[in-house]
Amino acid sequence: MTEDHIDGNAAGGALSDVFAVDLTAATGQCSSCAQSLALAEALLYTQAPGLIARCPGCEEVVFRLVRGPGRAWLDMRGMTCVQFELADS
Amino acid sequence: MLSAGPTPQISTEVWNFSVTTETGEVRRWNWAELNALSVERTTVDLHCVTKWSKLATTWEGVSLDTLLDGVETSAEYAVASSYGGYTTNLPLEDLLDGKAWIAVRYDGEPLTPEHGGPARLLVPHLYLWKSAKWVRGIRLLNDDEPGFWESVGYHNYGDPWREQRYWGD
Amino acid sequence: MARAKILGRLTWRVATVAAVRDETSSARTIVLDVPDWPGHLPGQHVDVRLTAPDGYSTQRSYSIASAPEGNRLELTVDVLPDGEVSPYLARVLSVGDPLEIRGPIGGWFVWDPEKPEPVQLIGGGSGVVPLMAMIRARETVGAQTPFRLLYSARGPETIFYRDELRRSSENGSGLSVTYAYTREVPQGWERPPGRVDASLLTQITWAPEQEPISFVCGPTGFVETVADLLVSAGHDPARIRTERFGPSGGGS
Ligand SMILES: Cc1cc2nc3c(=O)[nH]c(=O)nc-3n(C[C@H](O)[C@H](O)[C@H](O)COP(=O)(O)OP(=O)(O)OC[C@H]3O[C@@H](n4cnc5c(N)ncnc54)[C@H](O)[C@@H]3O)c2cc1C
Ligand SMILES: [Zn+2]
Repeated sequence: MTEDHIDGNAAGGALSDVFAVDLTAATGQCSSCAQSLALAEALLYTQAPGLIARCPGCEEVVFRLVRGPGRAWLDMRGMTCVQFELADS
Repeated sequence: MLSAGPTPQISTEVWNFSVTTETGEVRRWNWAELNALSVERTTVDLHCVTKWSKLATTWEGVSLDTLLDGVETSAEYAVASSYGGYTTNLPLEDLLDGKAWIAVRYDGEPLTPEHGGPARLLVPHLYLWKSAKWVRGIRLLNDDEPGFWESVGYHNYGDPWREQRYWGD
Repeated sequence: MARAKILGRLTWRVATVAAVRDETSSARTIVLDVPDWPGHLPGQHVDVRLTAPDGYSTQRSYSIASAPEGNRLELTVDVLPDGEVSPYLARVLSVGDPLEIRGPIGGWFVWDPEKPEPVQLIGGGSGVVPLMAMIRARETVGAQTPFRLLYSARGPETIFYRDELRRSSENGSGLSVTYAYTREVPQGWERPPGRVDASLLTQITWAPEQEPISFVCGPTGFVETVADLLVSAGHDPARIRTERFGPSGGGS
């Protein structure tokens, strides 16, 4: 294993810039290998023009997030059926 | 030091580089074959999209003019792909006329894996994410095909002089 | 405390430095006053943003070291000598200065004081910071949850929160603290300097049968090694939570 990644948890700030719920504890399935994972468990690469999260099982990309001035782009095609904990109101 | 994933560790024994045309014709070079071509030295400025520019960096590599010499193509676009799965797209003409190299040495030293070695694409007139590290091939295409960053917000062309960072810039 | 602390989209807010405190020769605790701080869960972090006069800005994540307490928040930052952000935070920033932060962040690497299972904390270098928040929160709410901390550091001089850890582990509340030194050990120390290994883990951490929840935090290499050792020792990977600080996130 290489040392150049951190945990998906560290993407929490950038994701909560977009979403009103905490996404790091949300779980989903890797579209490539079907492993279930919490976003916090993804391997996060930050030394790049955006954030890239990879599956801990197969290392395929599960999500990519780019933040520009006044805009953000999120590609989550690497993850299917994301489940959140939501309080009923 | 930009990387979108684990740093690929590719030995020069297994490394190879290919050019694939829009009709599926493939040219391939192994490490010895690539290094037997004329290796040019070039001193260029680099522009990283996140912050910095690095002036007067010295590279050695094989010009894409040499690698594409005699290739039959009417393609207008190209996609470079890397070991590890990274891709980036650019117009074919931006690879020609002394504007791009497959670089094998930086500052007189072989490229380390962290710097994109054994070989990386060097296209200094565009933002640095276009200079794909760990390059393994270039496909020539009739239609443009956005790469890894170009498909998630980054500018399709990426001219630093026009500050083309994001979509619509 | 179990109430969700993420109350909508997070935006940047300006905190004010209320105090600074040296932890070691290279690390400093920064006490922040954050107006309308919504509170946090032990283990969460904040993002810190620095902006240069020319508009260039950069961000880093820092764990929250303090238990939830009003508008107060503590971070402990270790200097990475050639780092872009940490030397500024730990050496330059002073009382009264503003600091842009975003948080609290994360719902995964958090300890829930209502859960009864024993807790194993394993920190390398500055990786002890979010674990300290858990220890402090446990004390604040008066929880009796059995806690063990294994704290790996280069040497005795690099330990954060030493006095407080001693007090908390001697008050009979069920917290035990073990230090493991990788480079330098105190006189008469029973174990030679070295990295955390399988035998140390079996000796001092909860056995898998006790079904602890483990929180492992520190430099990426440290976390990688320890998490692998825990899994090989028979711990359920689903009960191991990790927080990697990066390749050089504090010496261990
Ligand atoms: C969730 C989280 C919580 C954290 N909590 C704390 C904390 O409580 N206390 C604390 O002291 N630190 C903490 N860190 C680490 C902190 O975010 C910074 O990484 C650290 O302070 C160094 O920043 P810097 O700007 O000084 O160094 P930088 O300028 O970022 O880096 C210095 C050197 O390390 C290398 N480097 C650093 N990070 C990476 C990386 N991710 N990938 C590749 N190379 C890298 C750089 O290339 C450079 O050579 C935490 C990190 C995370 C993700
Ligand atoms: Zn997968």
